[in-house]
Amino acid sequence: MMRRSACASKKTGQTNSTNPISCSPSDLFRSASSKASSKEMERIDNLFYFYANKSSGMIDPEGIETLCSDMEVDHTDVRILMLAWKMKAEKQGYFTLEEWRRGLKALRADTVSKLKKALPELEKEVRRPSNFEDFYSYSFCYCLTEEKQKSIDIESICQLLDLVLGSQFRSQVDYFIEYLKIQSDYKVINLDQWMGFFRFCNEISFPDHSNYNPDLAWPLILDNFVEWMQVKQS
Amino acid sequence: MGQEIKLIEFDQGWADMQKGISKLKRLLAGEAETPFSTREYMTLYTTIYNMCIQKGPYDHSEQLYNKYKETLEEYITSTVLPSLREKHDKFMLKELVQRWLNHKLMVKWLVRFFHYLDRYFINRRSLPTLNVVGLTCFLDLVYEEMHSKVKDVVLVLIDQEREGEQIDRTLLKNAVAIFVDMGMGEMNRYQNDFEVYLLQGTTSYYSRKAAKWIGEDTCPNYLLKAEECLKKEADRVYNYLHLTTETKLIEKVQHELLVVYVTQLLEKEDSGIKVLFRDDKVDVHCRIYLLYNKISQGLELVANVFKQHVTAEGTALVQQADAAASNQASNAPGGHEQVLIPKIIELHDKYMTYLNSCFQGHNQFQKALKEAFEVICNKTVNGNPSAEILASFADHVLRKGGSEKLGDDDIEERLEKIVKLLDYLIDKDVFAEFYRKKLARRLLFDRITNDDHERSILSKLKQQCGAPFTSKMEGMVTDVVLAKENQASFQEYLRNNPDVHPGFDFTATVLTTGFWPSYKSLNIILPTELVKCVEVFKGFYEKKTKHRKLTWIHSLGTCHINGKFEPKQIELIVSIYQASVLVLFNESGRLSYSEIVSQLNLTHEDTTRLLHSLSCAKYKILNKEPSSKSISQSDTFEFNPKFTDKLRRIKVPLPPVDDRKKVVEDVSKDRRYAIDAAVVRIMKSRKVISHQQLISETVEQLSRTFKPDIKAIKKRIEDLITRDYMERDPDQPTMFRYLA
Repeated sequence: MMRRSACASKKTGQTNSTNPISCSPSDLFRSASSKASSKEMERIDNLFYFYANKSSGMIDPEGIETLCSDMEVDHTDVRILMLAWKMKAEKQGYFTLEEWRRGLKALRADTVSKLKKALPELEKEVRRPSNFEDFYSYSFCYCLTEEKQKSIDIESICQLLDLVLGSQFRSQVDYFIEYLKIQSDYKVINLDQWMGFFRFCNEISFPDHSNYNPDLAWPLILDNFVEWMQVKQS
Repeated sequence: MGQEIKLIEFDQGWADMQKGISKLKRLLAGEAETPFSTREYMTLYTTIYNMCIQKGPYDHSEQLYNKYKETLEEYITSTVLPSLREKHDKFMLKELVQRWLNHKLMVKWLVRFFHYLDRYFINRRSLPTLNVVGLTCFLDLVYEEMHSKVKDVVLVLIDQEREGEQIDRTLLKNAVAIFVDMGMGEMNRYQNDFEVYLLQGTTSYYSRKAAKWIGEDTCPNYLLKAEECLKKEADRVYNYLHLTTETKLIEKVQHELLVVYVTQLLEKEDSGIKVLFRDDKVDVHCRIYLLYNKISQGLELVANVFKQHVTAEGTALVQQADAAASNQASNAPGGHEQVLIPKIIELHDKYMTYLNSCFQGHNQFQKALKEAFEVICNKTVNGNPSAEILASFADHVLRKGGSEKLGDDDIEERLEKIVKLLDYLIDKDVFAEFYRKKLARRLLFDRITNDDHERSILSKLKQQCGAPFTSKMEGMVTDVVLAKENQASFQEYLRNNPDVHPGFDFTATVLTTGFWPSYKSLNIILPTELVKCVEVFKGFYEKKTKHRKLTWIHSLGTCHINGKFEPKQIELIVSIYQASVLVLFNESGRLSYSEIVSQLNLTHEDTTRLLHSLSCAKYKILNKEPSSKSISQSDTFEFNPKFTDKLRRIKVPLPPVDDRKKVVEDVSKDRRYAIDAAVVRIMKSRKVISHQQLISETVEQLSRTFKPDIKAIKKRIEDLITRDYMERDPDQPTMFRYLA
C-alpha cells in the first residue's frame, strides 16, 4: 500500500524535473514489482486463510496436517520444523499470519506446489554451518510449550535429537539416546545441555572420545555419558 | 753526534748473540758460570738495537725475530724434550716442573736481549710479542706432547693420596699450575686437559667407595665417612688445585656419596632413620640435615624419606586400631579411638620436635610432615571415618567420666592437639557434624565437666576454621544457659498456677532449631502424666512468646521413675520412650509385643530396641517370654517384681541409634548449599569467569571446611544455570557470566 502511494508521489515529483515527459525506468520497474508483490502477498494471504482456523485466525495443528498432506510431506518431517524456523514461528503447532507471510515471502512461494518445490532449497539453506546452530537451538526453544518451561522431558528430547541431528551425527545420536533412556540422574534436559551436545558432536572424536576432558566446561551429563560409553566399550 | 756507527752484518751480529745465548744455556743447566754483568747485558741489547735500526737491506729485524723463535725451538727439541721423554711418573713430573721454570727464565732473559723488537717491529707487523712467542713454543712443542701423560700421573697421585699415602703436594701444585699457565689467560687448557678428567676420576672413585660402604657400614658411620671425604676434597683443592674446581668437585663427591644412595642409606634396616628416630639419635639427624642442606634439592630427598617413614608409622597405628576394633565385633566406636588419637598426637609431637631442632624448621620438612599427617588423619578405622573418631575422642575428653584424672592444663593441651589434628582432616564439616551431635548429648544429658573447657575448644576451632564453623555450636551452648534461666521463671509460673502443676518435678529445655542437629520426633503416644507436662509447658511458653512453635523431641528426654520391686524400691533413670513402655505395665500386668506397638504407636525397629534395653540387657526390669536373647514379634512381657540391684538408683541405658548414615547425609546436603553459595559469591564478584578458574576458586574457598568433588561443583553450576543465576557465554562455551 505504502509503496504504491510512494511511487505515485514520485511520479508527480518527476513532472517538475527537466525532462517532464519521461519517468525513469526504475520508477516503472518499481511500480511493476510493487504491483506484482502486492499480488503475491494477496495470494499468500489467501493461502493462509485456506488453512487457518476461522475462529482463532491462526493455522492450528489440524491446518498444518492438512498443509502437510497437500505438500505430500509427513507432518513429523524435519522440513516442517525448518519451515517453522524460516517463519520464526513462536508457538509449536501454530502459524500466525505474520509468520506465514514472513516464511512464504522469503521462500518466494505463494502456492502449495511452489512451497513444496522450495523445501529442498530450504533444507540446504538450514544445513549450511552458518545457519545450522541457530536452527538447532531454535528447535529446542520451539518445543517449550508451557509459559515458564525451561527444559524438555527425556522422551521428547530423544525424538527431537533424532529428527534434528540424526542424519548428520547418526552414531553419536544413537548412543546418546540409548544413554538418556537408561540413566536416572536427569529427567529433563535444559538448553545448556542441548547446545552442549551439539558442540560435543562437532568437536569430540567419536567413538573413542580421545580428546574429551571431563575437567573442562562440558555439562555434567556429557561427562557421565562418556564415562558410560567407556565402561560399555571395555 | 757524528759518530759513525759501524754497519753490522747479520752473521757477525748473530754470532755475537750466540755467545750470549750459550752462556745463558750454561747458566740454566746449572754449570759453573758467572751471571750476566750489566756490561754484557748492554752489549747484547745494543747489538740487537743496532741491527734493527740499520737502514734498508741491513734492517735485520725480521731475521732476528725468527732467530729468536728458532733458538727456543732448537733448545727445546735438542735438550728439553729428550730429558722429559726418558723419565716417568713423578720423576717426569719433577723434570717437567723444572724445565718449565727454566723455560720461563730463558724467555725472560732473551726478551731482555731482544727487547727492541718488542718496541717497534712487532707493532709494525702486528706480530705476537716475544713473550707470547716464547710461551707458544713451549706450548706447541712440550705441552702438546706431554699433557696427557702429565694428567695421568697427577690423577694417579691424587688417588694414592685418597688412599692414605703421602705425596709431594708442592710438586702437584706446580704441575697443575702449568695447565693454568698454558691457557695464557684462559682456563680452557686447565679445564679441558685436566679438570674434566679429574672430575671423571673422582666420580668413579667415589662411586666405587659408596657402593662398598653402603653395603658394609651403618648409616651413622657412612655419614661420618662422607663428611670426612668432603672435608678432604675441599682441602685438596685449597692445597694444589685451582679454586674454580672446588664447587664442581664437591658436587661430584656429594652426588656419588649422598645422592645416589640416599634412599638405601636412610632406609637401612638396622641403622636407618627408623632406628635413629626410635633411639632418638639427635646428632645423627643434625648431621644428615647439615650434609644434605648443602646439596641442591638434597633436603627434598631426605624429606621424602622422612615423609614415608612418618606415614608408615602413622598408618601402622591406624591399622592396629582397625584390627582391634574389628575384633571387638561391635558397631559403635568402642573406645579404640581413646588409644589411637593420643598415639597419633604423640607421633605428631615427636616429629614436630625433630622438625624444629635437627631440621631447623626447614619448610621441606614442614611440608613432608604435613603431607604425612594428611594421609594418616584421613584413614577410616573399621568403617568409621576419621572425622568421627576425632570427634569421639574430643567428646571423651570433655564429658563426665572421661578424663577426670587429668589436670586442667593437660586437658587444655589435649584440646589444643585435637584442633591441630583437625587441620589435617579433609572432611572438616563431617567432624563438625559429629562434634555437634555429641555436644548435644553432653549438653542435654548433663555430662559437661567444665564449661571453660567447652568454651576453650570452641574458640580454638573458631580461630582455626573460621566463625561459621562454630556459630551453631556456640548457639547450642547459649540455648542451654538460657534454658536454665527460663527454668526459674517456669517454676514461678507453676507456683502461681498450682492447678496446672503436673504433680512432679519437670524441666523443659527450649532449643533453637537452626543450631541443633536435626532429630526425628516419633509420634509416640505418651502416658497421660507426660502429656500433662507438655500441655503445662506449652501454656507457659505461649504466655511468653506468641510467634514460636514448639516441637517436642522426646528422644532427648530423661525420666526418673520409681520401680516398686519386691526386694526394694529402686529409682530408674530412663529415656522418655522407655518410661512410656514401663508405665503401660501400671495398667496391664502382661502385654504382648503387638499390644505394646499399638498402644505406643511406634515402629517395630524402635519397639524392639526399647524392649531389648528393658528385658534382655544388663537390667531385666521386664520379664520376657520366651526368655531368649533377642526380641521377636511373638514375645510377651511382664513386670519383673523380683528385680533388684545393690544400688538404689540405676541408669538403664538405651543404646542410641546408629546415626552415622544420617550425619553423612546431612553433611552432603550442607555441602550442596555451601558449594552453591561459594559459586554465587564468586560469580557475583567476578561477573565473567572461565570454567577452570571457577572450579579452582570454589575449591579454594571451601578448603577450610571440605574438599569438594568436581562433579558436585559441575552439578551445582548446572542447577544455578537453570535457576538463572548465571549463564554460559554463547560464543565462548568455557566462560560463564553472572546474571544479576
